[in-house]
Amino acid sequence: MLQIQKLTKKYPTGDLALTAVDLEIPKGQVLALIGPSGAGKSTLIRCINRLVEPTSGTVTLNGENITSLGSRGLRTVRRKMGMIFQEYALVERLTVMENVLSGRLGYVGFWRSFLRKYPQSDIDEAFRLLDRVGLLHMADKRADELSGGQRQRVGIARALIQDPDLLLVDEPTASLDPKTSRQIMRLICELCEERGLAAIINIHDVALAQMFVQRVVGLKLGVIEFDGAPDELTPDVLTTIYGEEDWEATIEKVDEEDA
Amino acid sequence: MSTVVLDDALLEQRLGTAWRKPHFIKNPILRWTLLIGALVYLVLAFGSIDVNWTRVSEGLIRGWKFVVAFANPDFFTRGTDIREGLIESVIMAVSSTVVGIAISIPIGLGAARNIAPLPVYLVCRGIVALSRALNEIIVAILMVAIFGFGPLAGFITLSFATIGFLAKLLAEEIEDMNKVQAEAVKATGSSWLQWINYGVQPQVMPRLVGLSIYRLDINFRESAVLGLVGAGGIGATLNTAFDRYEFDTAAAILLMIIGTVMVLEYLSGVIRKKVQ
Repeated sequence: MLQIQKLTKKYPTGDLALTAVDLEIPKGQVLALIGPSGAGKSTLIRCINRLVEPTSGTVTLNGENITSLGSRGLRTVRRKMGMIFQEYALVERLTVMENVLSGRLGYVGFWRSFLRKYPQSDIDEAFRLLDRVGLLHMADKRADELSGGQRQRVGIARALIQDPDLLLVDEPTASLDPKTSRQIMRLICELCEERGLAAIINIHDVALAQMFVQRVVGLKLGVIEFDGAPDELTPDVLTTIYGEEDWEATIEKVDEEDA
Repeated sequence: MSTVVLDDALLEQRLGTAWRKPHFIKNPILRWTLLIGALVYLVLAFGSIDVNWTRVSEGLIRGWKFVVAFANPDFFTRGTDIREGLIESVIMAVSSTVVGIAISIPIGLGAARNIAPLPVYLVCRGIVALSRALNEIIVAILMVAIFGFGPLAGFITLSFATIGFLAKLLAEEIEDMNKVQAEAVKATGSSWLQWINYGVQPQVMPRLVGLSIYRLDINFRESAVLGLVGAGGIGATLNTAFDRYEFDTAAAILLMIIGTVMVLEYLSGVIRKKVQ
């Protein structure tokens, strides 16, 4: 469904963030992207929806080459890619409902969005999603009144209301406590399964990734160093990705009794 | 291991020596030259201002008369003039602020480097720089020459000055906004206008409202000065009062200006708290 070929990103400073990355993701697969800070994880997912312009290479979603699209075509294809951010990236002075509905911006005209007169089907879907993430009662609160975990749930609802085929998830749990982290990861993975969505999840917490995903890709200095199942992540593999450390405590066997 | 040994040697060498914050200018010769140079300049500069003390002693008496008049302001002898001048000033201030804001918003968007392409940015920054470079009084003299005496010249002057002030500060606020919030809106596939409306506007709105009220306040005060060059408003009334040596009327006008500014100050506080 998503093919990435020879994707390279060189920043104007001369830093090579990605070097000829090849990656293919089938429909409905949830993939964790791990790697040290500065490995190019954020750049990779931002090159997919072109919040960052790739230097060369192609990204193809459902047979459509994203890298060659003009601005109108790019907006249309962005609707099919929901994005979830590390610091939630809700617009803090807008209400929860406005934040969720902003996921429909690619589908409605300017005046409708300006006057907040969304189609009833969009409004119903927003309420359904807020109910699904357990925040229906918060619909008219301002986003900055919410806790971290609640904000991330709104972020998830905003991504899902786009009716995407793919979720791009950038460090969803980096600002959350361990229990909330698990709940958020579980919610994302459950929703992907319910809706048959593929997802790329950038994540620092290797154990958490192993607990929830079907495939792990390790990135180091802009190059893919590992691509396999979660239980193939051995101390040796982690050493090639991150460097020398004692990894025994990090790799957890998936235990069923997690919170 | 070798780095550890090296660190030990470094530590031995450091222990027992004093520690000071590194100087901002490292070269001591340059540092002292700059410092002494600045002091010498200051002494010479103050020395070049000569004070005519006999003139000051005369002036102090005149100034005192003026201050005494404040204890006895006369609101009534020229009551109609004062009222008309004030109303004219308020109309000038409000209308020029509204028109100024309406023009400032698109220019402010264009002058923010993070959302505008380079050519648009340069043009908008150029307009801002031009508006800021020309002082209100100079513009007012030109406008009086073009449109004649009266509030129209003042209105155009203040609208023009508002652009430089508001567009610049709005652009800076946009440049300082939280990038990720705007990025998230862009990632939904929004158009440029939707992106501004959802991603940028909510972030800068409280500041825009605050600045607008502040500008209304400035425009009102400026309208008092612009009257001195014939651009209408309470300033014209004030100018006439000074010309006739009617310090009691002038005092009344100044008190009215102070009062109005204080009311505006209070209102801006209330409104800013509401929009926060």
